[in-house]
Amino acid sequence: MNALTKAISQFWQSSIGKKLVVAITGAILVGFLIAHVGGNMLIFAGREAMNDYAYFLHHFLHGAGIWIFRAILLGAFVLHIAATIALTKQNRAAKAESYEHEATNIASKSSRIMIWSGLTVLAFVVFHIFHFTVRVDPELAGMKEPSGRHDVWGMVIVGFQKPLVVLFYFVGISLLCSHLSHGIASIFQTLGWRSRSSSDAINKLGLAISIVLWLGFLSIPLAASVAGFGTDQLEATVTDVAETAPEKH
Amino acid sequence: MNLTLKVWRQRHANDTGTIETYEAKSIPEEASFLEMLDIVNEQIVESGDEPIHFDHDCREGICGSCSLTINGVPHSREKGITTCQVHMRKFSDGDTIWIEPFRGKAFPVVRDLVVDRSAFDRIVAAGGYISVRTGSAEDANSLPVSKDHADASFDAAACIGCGACVAACKNASAMLFVGAKAAHLNLLPQGQPEKDKRVLAMVRKMDEEGFGNCTNQYECEAVCPKEISADVIAKLNRDYAVAATKEAFT
Repeated sequence: MNALTKAISQFWQSSIGKKLVVAITGAILVGFLIAHVGGNMLIFAGREAMNDYAYFLHHFLHGAGIWIFRAILLGAFVLHIAATIALTKQNRAAKAESYEHEATNIASKSSRIMIWSGLTVLAFVVFHIFHFTVRVDPELAGMKEPSGRHDVWGMVIVGFQKPLVVLFYFVGISLLCSHLSHGIASIFQTLGWRSRSSSDAINKLGLAISIVLWLGFLSIPLAASVAGFGTDQLEATVTDVAETAPEKH
Repeated sequence: MNLTLKVWRQRHANDTGTIETYEAKSIPEEASFLEMLDIVNEQIVESGDEPIHFDHDCREGICGSCSLTINGVPHSREKGITTCQVHMRKFSDGDTIWIEPFRGKAFPVVRDLVVDRSAFDRIVAAGGYISVRTGSAEDANSLPVSKDHADASFDAAACIGCGACVAACKNASAMLFVGAKAAHLNLLPQGQPEKDKRVLAMVRKMDEEGFGNCTNQYECEAVCPKEISADVIAKLNRDYAVAATKEAFT
């Protein structure tokens, strides 16, 4: 084993090393979520704006861009989960005996359920990918614009017409934002960029980003299901599934 | 005042241990918490039973020996003090008080409320020192130290190694202790030559001893009797990242 391999192995085995992995991958994932919610807001700009954006994402760098992006995200996601599960196991072993009379001083509720909110978000992300990326529902997969381009805008509106789906999105996004309300501030601490004088501002920044993401992400399922946003414009482009083979971009 | 005590009793390290109930009667409110335990122990001894074992030494908040978790909080809910500085006037007549040892796999119970905190000594032995001979005190102005660094180093050096940070952390993490011991030296010019070696050695020893990982909840900072800031943890994270990177490429 050469020196570099040994150093990487020691880095991963150390508590701070794994925490740095969690922080850096967490920062990548938060960056993605901010870009994702920004792109999602195009739903409210109308079908053409949303579908143009989706077309751009799928054809950026001749179609390679999205796969590079997905590979980075998948790598960050897997490392984030692997490191946090390993850390949680170590932490439970380190506090094998708990107090008969438990008490908490300042730790937030969100910070105490990180592993559970994280694992629920994992389940939610898997569902979300099958729902809108893989499109296992043929009704959603077969939606086309008159030009033949996949109708992402229409797919989202139709996808949120089922109350159970909206409920799962509500729970998943809420737990994601609970996770972030502790996680974003933690990134600064783990990377060594937090101090007593900046902690208040960092906590507020983490909370503000979490609230903006919660409002942004949930505005779409709630608008489509509760307020009926876009439902009057669906008939024009929902293609008969039997006539058009699903085409994924 | 009359109190009900729920006390962890464990005869030896391998005993399973249990909570036992004691009635503490006619406790003067001027008594310190440890004096209250002394009074209760006298009653237990008079009845022919084994007294409650607990660590103590200076009884004025500077040695770091006392180590009780009172109602789930190491050193009690009073801010910036050790168990020996807690007074009974902070409790009310009729209260039930839970008294347990500092918990953490790396702090095994020796007996009752006494835990073995020698893991802290081994972490300090791994790198919490300056190995060059410094000689006698030199002229104060010959080695300039900025006021910010001097203050931060002094604050970190206030750590008495009591272990309340580990006891309060749900992961039994020793990051506040290790951060304080490392920052104390890493902020001063004398500590620079061995800075990277020190950080790597102390963090690795900390992991080896079975302490958990920091999840940034700052329970440690909340209970620290010397009110050491979690800034030292941020600094330890930063210093570790730099030292590990240098180690990988040298």
